[in-house]
Amino acid sequence: MKAFSYERARSVADAASAASNPGVKIIAGGTNLLDLMKLQVETPSTLVDINRLPLDKIDETSEGGLRIGALVRNSDLAADQRVRQQYGVLSRALLAGASAQLRNKATTAGNLLQRTRCYYFYDITKPCNKRVPGSGCSALAGFNRIHAILGGSEACIATHPSDMAVAMRALDAKVEAIDREGKARTIPIADFHRLPGRTPEIESALASGEIVTAVTLPPPPPGAQMYRKVRDRASYAFALVSVAAIVDSAGGRIRSARLAFGGLAPKPWRVAAAEHSLTNTAAGANSFDAAADAVVEGAHGYGSNDFKIPLTRRTLHAVLGEITRT
Amino acid sequence: MEMDGPVGANALDAEKIVGKPLDRVDGRLKVTGGAHYAYEMQQNSLYGFVVEASIAKGRIASIETLTAERSPGVKLVLTYRDAPKQGTGNHREAHPVLTGPVVSHYGEPVAFVVAETFEQARAAAYLVKVEYDREKGQYALPHHLALARVPHQPDGAPADSEVGNFSDAYANAPVQIDVSYSTPLQSHAMMEPHATLAIWDGDKLILHTANQMLNQGQRVIARTLNIPLANVRLVSPFIGGGFGGKLWVNADAILAAIASRYLKRPVKVALTRQQIFHVTTHRSDTIQRIRLGTDRDGRIAAIGHDVFSGNLPSEQVYEAAALQTRSLYAGPNRLTRHRLVPLDIPVASSMRAPGEAVGLLALECAMDELAEKLMLDPIELRIRNEPAEDPEKHIPYSSRHLVACMQEGARRFGWDKRSSTPGQVRNGRWLVGMGVSAGTRGNPLRFSRANVRLDPDGIATVRMAMTDIGTGTYTILAQIAAEMLGLPMGRVRVDIGDTIFPEAAGSGGSFGAASSGSALFEACHALREKLSGLAGMDPNTAHFGDGHIATGERSVSLTELVGSGVEADGEIKPGRNNQDFSQQSYGAHFAEVGVDQDTGEVRLRRMLGVFAAGRVLNAKTARSQAIGGMVFGVGAALHEDLVLDPRFGYFVNHDLAEYHVPVHADIPASLEAVFLPELDERSNPLKSKGIGELGICGAGAAIANAVYNACGARIRNYPITLDKVLASLPDQA
Ligand SMILES: Cc1cc2nc3c(=O)[nH]c(=O)nc-3n(C[C@H](O)[C@H](O)[C@H](O)COP(=O)(O)OP(=O)(O)OC[C@H]3O[C@@H](n4cnc5c(N)ncnc54)[C@H](O)[C@@H]3O)c2cc1C
Ligand code: SF4
Repeated sequence: MKAFSYERARSVADAASAASNPGVKIIAGGTNLLDLMKLQVETPSTLVDINRLPLDKIDETSEGGLRIGALVRNSDLAADQRVRQQYGVLSRALLAGASAQLRNKATTAGNLLQRTRCYYFYDITKPCNKRVPGSGCSALAGFNRIHAILGGSEACIATHPSDMAVAMRALDAKVEAIDREGKARTIPIADFHRLPGRTPEIESALASGEIVTAVTLPPPPPGAQMYRKVRDRASYAFALVSVAAIVDSAGGRIRSARLAFGGLAPKPWRVAAAEHSLTNTAAGANSFDAAADAVVEGAHGYGSNDFKIPLTRRTLHAVLGEITRT
Repeated sequence: MEMDGPVGANALDAEKIVGKPLDRVDGRLKVTGGAHYAYEMQQNSLYGFVVEASIAKGRIASIETLTAERSPGVKLVLTYRDAPKQGTGNHREAHPVLTGPVVSHYGEPVAFVVAETFEQARAAAYLVKVEYDREKGQYALPHHLALARVPHQPDGAPADSEVGNFSDAYANAPVQIDVSYSTPLQSHAMMEPHATLAIWDGDKLILHTANQMLNQGQRVIARTLNIPLANVRLVSPFIGGGFGGKLWVNADAILAAIASRYLKRPVKVALTRQQIFHVTTHRSDTIQRIRLGTDRDGRIAAIGHDVFSGNLPSEQVYEAAALQTRSLYAGPNRLTRHRLVPLDIPVASSMRAPGEAVGLLALECAMDELAEKLMLDPIELRIRNEPAEDPEKHIPYSSRHLVACMQEGARRFGWDKRSSTPGQVRNGRWLVGMGVSAGTRGNPLRFSRANVRLDPDGIATVRMAMTDIGTGTYTILAQIAAEMLGLPMGRVRVDIGDTIFPEAAGSGGSFGAASSGSALFEACHALREKLSGLAGMDPNTAHFGDGHIATGERSVSLTELVGSGVEADGEIKPGRNNQDFSQQSYGAHFAEVGVDQDTGEVRLRRMLGVFAAGRVLNAKTARSQAIGGMVFGVGAALHEDLVLDPRFGYFVNHDLAEYHVPVHADIPASLEAVFLPELDERSNPLKSKGIGELGICGAGAAIANAVYNACGARIRNYPITLDKVLASLPDQA
């Protein structure tokens, strides 16, 4: 860890203005940032601590949704009555993540902005385009069990590790941000995370100095909600594949479906064609298979992650079967 | 005492205190933070941080240390250019560090930075710039089997064994099984990292260090640093787990000692979690071939077990995975062979039941495959091959109740409900299956000494250089002394974890309790004789209880007898019993797993281990040991997998986020361990046998067999992760 100076932000504008300087990093729960700093993957010269800013509330919006402050802890969000009753997929996704101790510290914004768990990214002696642009990608021809089968590029196949964000993607959440001038903007979650392309070091749509202040959820969509996380052990492991599903169905007929996937891509993944293929169809092997075909179309394995293609199909099949039965 | 004959009746047989499920005597200290581990020892010390080689093989072309040296708080940057000349040997004899520009494995320390604070040392460590000339190395075991050679491990069993004519008998056997299994690289993943605080007092060195075998460590350190043994003191009263990873001396101890001598100040170092994987030892992966030839009734005519493992070219230690195959089942024609492949990766050494833990993962699944082929119940197959004597050495077993363990376990577990055809039982989305495995682990005894002293305040103090690595040694030693001297537990004080005390075996290889406990038994026995003499009583009839010694009507308080204190020494050595009897502890594991019908996720539903391992010294700590071992069996079967990247010669997943061991959610509430009553007259005066590692032996195989029974997936390359199971799952409706 490189020596750094520490400041406590007095206001959001203060934080945004500080964060626009090179070498400055925002620290929220610190559960990801500090680990990366210890390994010198992140080497900020200044940490701006936003933990005392009043961004820890969950408020109801006038549209009938929720506005979740950037500093709401993952455990508090998962336990919130309104979230549990109306956004069960989010509560479940949160509780499927990390450990109780980590969730007590982890924040909404920090979770969205956590970095990949790619093994090579974590080791500064290994080539990694995300850490050192142009140095190469060690995972492409290396051990890539946890890597992407969709949305990656020749430069980087890292996945975004968040569970929470997958549920938010299914819920069509919006990210609110403020820049150094105090200008607020809203970014649909679909556009918030960036695909690697040739610049895997750029991971979000935030401009330098922009601070996430909240995530808003639109009113709960109709249908049943479910989060299924497939992983190598029963807890405390990142998703190999996860599915956030919101499916409106009755009597074996699907009216509409929303499906977001974790573990597959550099960002929470949705495939419009898969969702369309399910609209107004009979629940059953045929429609599930068609949806699965659409999800994995163009998917590409890199060796140790080849299994994710059949696993995605099977997991989706199981989720759709279960959610249309309930 | 040498173990030369049957033990006979003795003072422990009353089991008034020994055997009872008493709480750990050090429990309160541990949960209140009162137990201080090596890195917590307070001294006005400097802090060290290791710089690891980032290549696997080659030479250091240049090291630039100036920037680091000028970094705030830095006192020293040690490299091979200024490290002293050290003694050499294999990793169990010496541990020289920074010996020259040659890098022989990834993560080998290339520099050691010492600073006023930990943070300064760590920051400066990243400023040391090392350039390397890389060489091509051999890293992956499966790629280099052609280089295999016969290992000659001085402290190990012979690599090969042969009885009868295996190849003819196998060729002629009407029923044959010929299968290969592989087990992955594994890391110990103990909770406390390797840590040392080094303090020099003139030319005497004191090391507070996390080490399982202090006297062995003392010898290694003296040899490495070229100083007299008498000048080395190791202190280690509490150790946060070791699992074999702290049996030998690691770089933390030597680097701290060298830097501290150089700077004339105490120096403290702890390896980071990530560093532990490369700087210290691991368990080699193995490739095992098992051949079983039987008659049509399942009686083994030929049993063969071939094992490949890897280690540094300079090492002879091999993973003795065929060891249990030499004595577990009957059969006239036998062949076991271990081959070692030289690899340029970190040192492979002992980890959690070295040999049996991974050997049984292969042998006991092969037995399951054989049972299926014979259409025999797996337990019946084992009963048919229960030997009357050790089938290789042709000597009797000291005690062996494997069949009783199997039968008792079957009854308790409801084994009769198992369907012999895979894939028949469902519970919701789970395919449910049951599996069984035999467990066995060698029962070694090692030289140990103890001293026990009774003071006028009525307190007995036990002293020995034994360690407690979390297993409960403090408690069982106190129980033995209390029972022998007729004192309540609260009147016994146990001082261990320091080489100023009499030499003891330390904790490892399941020999700790038996060896240290027996030495203490002998010391207490000698003290009883002295006290009887002082009381004018016959030691053979005198009774010790309630702090008194009594014969007939006469009873004398011990405190009145001891004057200013009486003490006695005791000693235990292996003897003829260790040659003339085949000594193992035994067990049977039963597992029920669920395999997710869609995703192939395997989750344990319940598990039972039934063990016969001589006298149980403390029913509570014994159960904890057994359960802990079984949990490691879960990890071995389903999770643990240290992945080698052959391009870099390093372990990719070197942290606990990605090197998976079981977490609480992986372990069902219904996981139980039961000990059958057994006294072993040949093992040691306690009549106990080693249980430290027995719990893991066979546990993973029971799980693997249960996976097969659940869904028909016979996975022969561990761990059994869902990607390997997927292909065997039923089609989705
Ligand atoms: C062992 C382990 C296992 C885990 N398992 C899981 C899992 O299974 N599933 C899962 O989803 N997660 C998992 N996590 C990750 C965990 O969810 C994240 O570490 C956590 O959500 C990050 O939140 P934080 O508040 O601590 O972020 P921090 O570490 O404080 O910050 C993360 C990043 O976000 C930036 N940031 C924070 N707040 C703001 C803001 N308001 N505006 C702009 N930038 C900001 C920081 O500068 C930093 O770059 C695991 C973590 C660990 C260590
Ligand atoms: S996948 Fe991305 S993060 Fe991982 S090594 Fe390649 S470039 Fe780096």
